[in-house]
Amino acid sequence: MERITIDPITRLEGHGKIEIFLDQEGNVANTYFQVPQLRGFERFCVDRQVEEVPLLTNRICGVCPEAHHMAGAKAVDAVYHVNPPPAAKKLRELLYSAFYVTDHTTHFYALAGPDFVMGPDAPVAERNILGIIHKVGLEIGGKVLQCRKYGHAVIEMIGGRKVHPCTSIPGGLTKGITEEQRKEIEQMGRWAIEFAQFSLKLFNDIVLGNKAYVDLILGDIYTHKTHYIGLVDENNKINFYDGKVSVVDPDGKRLGKYGPEDYTDWIAEHVEPWTYLKFPYLKKVGWKGFVDGKDSGVYCATPLSRLNAADGMTTTLAQEEYDKFYKTLGGKPVHQRLATHWARLIELLYAAERWVELATDPEVTSPNFHTIPTEKPTEGVGIVEAPRGTLTHHYWTDERGVTTKVNLIVGTTNNYAPISMSINKAASSLIKKGTVVTEGLLNMVEMAFRAYDPCLSCATHSLPGQMPLQITIHDADGNPLEVLKQYC
Amino acid sequence: MSKNEKPKFAMYWADSCGGCDIAVLNIHEKILDVDANFEVVFWPVAMDAKYKDVEAMPDKSILLTLFNGAIHSTEHEHVAHLLRKKSKILVAFGSCACEGCMPALINLSSKKDFFDTVFTTISTVNPENIRPQTSVKVPEGVITLPEMYSVVRTLDQVVPVDYYMPGCPPESHQIAAVIDLVIQVLQGKAELPPPGTVIGAGNSTVCDECPRKRDIKKIKKFDRIQFIEPDPEICLLEQGIFCSGLATRSGCEAKCPSAGSPCIGCYGPAEGVLDYGARLMSAVASVIDSTDPVEINQILDGIPDPAGQIYRFNMAGSLLQACKDAWNRK
Repeated sequence: MERITIDPITRLEGHGKIEIFLDQEGNVANTYFQVPQLRGFERFCVDRQVEEVPLLTNRICGVCPEAHHMAGAKAVDAVYHVNPPPAAKKLRELLYSAFYVTDHTTHFYALAGPDFVMGPDAPVAERNILGIIHKVGLEIGGKVLQCRKYGHAVIEMIGGRKVHPCTSIPGGLTKGITEEQRKEIEQMGRWAIEFAQFSLKLFNDIVLGNKAYVDLILGDIYTHKTHYIGLVDENNKINFYDGKVSVVDPDGKRLGKYGPEDYTDWIAEHVEPWTYLKFPYLKKVGWKGFVDGKDSGVYCATPLSRLNAADGMTTTLAQEEYDKFYKTLGGKPVHQRLATHWARLIELLYAAERWVELATDPEVTSPNFHTIPTEKPTEGVGIVEAPRGTLTHHYWTDERGVTTKVNLIVGTTNNYAPISMSINKAASSLIKKGTVVTEGLLNMVEMAFRAYDPCLSCATHSLPGQMPLQITIHDADGNPLEVLKQYC
Repeated sequence: MSKNEKPKFAMYWADSCGGCDIAVLNIHEKILDVDANFEVVFWPVAMDAKYKDVEAMPDKSILLTLFNGAIHSTEHEHVAHLLRKKSKILVAFGSCACEGCMPALINLSSKKDFFDTVFTTISTVNPENIRPQTSVKVPEGVITLPEMYSVVRTLDQVVPVDYYMPGCPPESHQIAAVIDLVIQVLQGKAELPPPGTVIGAGNSTVCDECPRKRDIKKIKKFDRIQFIEPDPEICLLEQGIFCSGLATRSGCEAKCPSAGSPCIGCYGPAEGVLDYGARLMSAVASVIDSTDPVEINQILDGIPDPAGQIYRFNMAGSLLQACKDAWNRK
């Protein structure tokens, strides 16, 4: 059997690897997307003082430690059965909104943007953030840097540090903010709203104004009809910090909503021997393999999933964009994975609006930011919506508040099966009877992958939007016949 | 000077979280100085990773490599050797490369215990009790995975290291200062410190940078941060919070204690300290206000996880390194 190995960021860097097997006719028989690393947080977070775990789990991901810190904070609140005061919850969500703005901006401009702004078939040397700067204008680079600066300024004011925040503890926070800080945060948030609107206009002009791109988005190659999940508030509107997880089927019908304490009724994880990462699926539907449809438990947890799983947004400007999104793409749910980039920008606008809402809430400067726990610690689950998917932290402790067990279902992990399926579909569409569309395959597999903004051990983050790929075609005896490569 | 004549710069991540790379990007416009003074030849997070190019480079042709992440698999070890060979100056960058960081707490468990835990969690459905294998026969052929080691190691336990830059992650202002220094060296305006030096950090302890007021430390009880409302002005340790500042190297501007949260020791051992945990434990023991063994024991009950408290960042770099089972590759 012929075999193709795609080695993103090269195999030796340990961050993801794709194997493609061909059948006798030379068509794709199967693909395997492997994650070649395991770090063991579920084990070494055990035997620890539970208030430490939101600090330990920060180190799962230096790109999104804020998400782990928040899921961990909610889990330790639950372990101690303590309800933090409103100021603490609002400050945590304020930090989280600023983080979302920073994270979504980085992804759009540095990772995904080049495919659209420059075009998927633009010369390799131009398909990066510098290419965007040349095309759109120098000031855009400055704006992206400014956005990252503002986001990290807010994260440090509330979280104590720019990377790996340290202020969330059981019952709230170790510090509050002053009125001067609040004013500064508000100003930066107002700038962020304008920046988000500018970004949507850019997408509108360059992508939606170009029929070729719209056709690419709507085409079958990047379409998968799966279930979707996402965190919603009591009115089924998107919220990143708190609420219940809404689950919808491929027809958009809501199957139900679960709170943190019920996640094991809804989500299970499948194990394969050829990869270190597990495959989450909807337990009630069951694991049927890497297939689409209502009978398959495969679900997706991305910006697109969150829009599909919710009934709308709580902020005015983002709701307008939400309506436009479904009107343009032909109603709910949208299955086309490339639309995830548009959905991400709508979330960027929501996060910026929410940032200002919370920064103008008089309660955020309250000195009452911590409630001392009084109950015995037992067990608790915290769920937040991380940029790359629903994030679940579950801790068990003894009566001293020392962990006895820890379970984590991390953002990107949710999407492991759908990412694998997207890679398989792109490969199958582009390899026919042994004819390998070399450049097309490399680009299209990359784009299939990137829509999910995958963060496997934070490893596949490649900021200029280039994923080094190496494809080796093997003959039936495993001897390499041809090597194709890009950026490596 | 044409672009190719500029000195070459590389940055790499092994078993890491990506936070070190984010900290480098957070130097903001200073990153342009790196671009102006160096040819960035290899940096997976920020540019196209020309791995094959690195292999093809002459030995010692990269002037400066910042290596972050610990060594936990066959792949990490391979790249560490490769970059050592190609680099003139190899810097262990960040806590993972310097001392193992939190992921090295896995050294307190055997690999079997570690894998058994991950693949039998409450949400895992694994009726056949599968564990991932380094070589697996699938219907279409055989596919492989790198081997995870039972012990996480520091970079200098695998290859010789020229300089150490601590922090989880290193603070951006320290990174900017180190980049300035290297540029001055290139311009002949400064000299490199002696090999083995800790760079981008101070020579005293976090306590020396901490704005909190210190008096005589004598405590009758250790408290947990969630159970008290600490005075925002006074030393946290004096208030019974296990703060690691007195054994930890300065350089972070005491960010955590300033934010009401104890120092957790991410800048590693202070100058001259052989074993971080031993130093921290003896320092903390010296503040206990009792000579009665029974009372001392009661006070120490306030620290239910001493191993996690004193070796949070330093397990791989400590004298102990790992538990017996992990060390014996079980």
